[in-house]
Amino acid sequence: MFENIIKTLKSNKGEILELWMKNQLASSVITEDLMTNQELRKQSEELVNALVNNLNENSINDSQSPDFDQLTELLGGISISRARQGFSPRETGSFILSLKEALLEILKKENSNVNEVFEESLKLSRLLDNFTILTFETFIKGREELIMRQTDEITDISTPVIKVWDGILALPIIGTLDSARTQVVMENLLQEIVKTGSGIAILDISGVPTVDSLVAQNLLKAVSATRLMGADCIISGIRPEIAQTIVHLGIDLSQVITKATLASALQYAFKSLRLEVRKTALEAAGVTNQ
Amino acid sequence: MERIPILKMGPFLLVTIQIDLYDRLALNLEEDLVKMVEKTASKGVLIDISALSIVDSFMGRILGNIASMSRLLDAQTVVVGMQPAVAITLVELGLPLNGVYTALNMEKGMYLLKSMMDFNGTQQEDGDHSFD
Amino acid sequence: MEPSKKMEIIPLTRGTMMVFKDQDVVPFRNEVKEYAERIKMGLVNQTKLITAASEMVRNMLKYANGGLTIIEIVSRGPQSGVRVTFKDEGPGIADIPQAMQDGFSTGKSLGLGLPGTKRLVNEFDIKSIPGTGTTITIIKWANG
Repeated sequence: MFENIIKTLKSNKGEILELWMKNQLASSVITEDLMTNQELRKQSEELVNALVNNLNENSINDSQSPDFDQLTELLGGISISRARQGFSPRETGSFILSLKEALLEILKKENSNVNEVFEESLKLSRLLDNFTILTFETFIKGREELIMRQTDEITDISTPVIKVWDGILALPIIGTLDSARTQVVMENLLQEIVKTGSGIAILDISGVPTVDSLVAQNLLKAVSATRLMGADCIISGIRPEIAQTIVHLGIDLSQVITKATLASALQYAFKSLRLEVRKTALEAAGVTNQ
Repeated sequence: MERIPILKMGPFLLVTIQIDLYDRLALNLEEDLVKMVEKTASKGVLIDISALSIVDSFMGRILGNIASMSRLLDAQTVVVGMQPAVAITLVELGLPLNGVYTALNMEKGMYLLKSMMDFNGTQQEDGDHSFD
Repeated sequence: MEPSKKMEIIPLTRGTMMVFKDQDVVPFRNEVKEYAERIKMGLVNQTKLITAASEMVRNMLKYANGGLTIIEIVSRGPQSGVRVTFKDEGPGIADIPQAMQDGFSTGKSLGLGLPGTKRLVNEFDIKSIPGTGTTITIIKWANG
């Protein structure tokens, strides 16, 4: 019954591609700097071939038919690579949607029976819609993979341990301190303590947006582990609103040395290492300072 | 029966644990150390656990016992050189070794013991590194 | 990433060891360590697993005079891990929820056996029939 569509489409492959290309280029959404015209044409041609060549009595009713394996793979590859290159969902979606338009236009041109064209369009639309959904699914999957990779990278780069002085380490914590982060923070800190032989570690939480009981518990774990190694741990960067939350939640930080700023923590550290930082007198500079 | 050697160095006793201890060996160490503290009238005990790859609640209890018993005999105990992975595990396990002093290495442990002795002679109530 | 709970756990390599006396604890721990190293488990996770296994085997010695341990390398989806099973024919645990509470202990230990161990591993399963015995299974994933 649908032999007609199949035949029509097969014999008009060249025209479909031209129409489709025209549609794609006409839609203002296409971002030229992400892809050249030639690349787009090559992609489109491959896709038209994969679709039209595999269209038959059975596959026209079933977008999951094994006949479309090649097409599915092509589409998946295209949308994943577009997700990575930074194409918008609209750009990616209109790629396949404008193909549908081209196909319907050909059908209309080749057949004057309105009823038949309607039936055929419905059938073809259903098939193409399924491919559109597939495109979106893969596009989102590509984006999710990207986000996941970035999350891993952020965890790695956001826990630097800085040696601020001989025997003093500082660790600025940026972002939420969940259990997984705490593990990374603790491991990095303790390893650095062993490596540098530092006796004092300053955990600066200026960059931690909120402290709830879980975050506090994680902080206490880091402090306990540092102490077990034989080093002292100071928590600095406690903002007034965080101090309020800590007290309201009934979290006990009385066993921990806490300071408002990294500067005062450093001062405390100097003091306990019996170091002194002071201004040298102008005229005596170089004389008193050995 | 195999035993862990205990070295006397000035007013302190030094123990280096080089292998994962069998329970019997750990219990022997506890007994020997306390006897040695009494016999030599030592003021401090240094236990190096840098070679220990794990400390479970049994070993943790032995370390705590040594510290408490030595304290009764007027000697302070410092555990030195705990591995980072061991420290993280002990905290997660809920065993922060309260009442045991710690130091990064032998040298720093010795310095800590000396400063405790200087601070108030032989009696030690509380110090910077105490957890109780 | 936490693997989906729906995925099946497949055992790959398996070894068993009877533990009946204190002297068996260290060889048992070394065996667990060997399995953990085989799947390239990180040092901290390894230490947590071995400590957890050590706690469990001590419990078994104390309350049931020892029993059987099974050490396996298991996989679930893309994850691989070490599973250790402790089977004893001791008195069993009557009230498991109570035994899982922090600070609870019937023996003279510090009372952090079960809940402390649970915090060290990714999965912890306990089955016990009073008068018949207890089976505890722990799993630590290589990057868990």
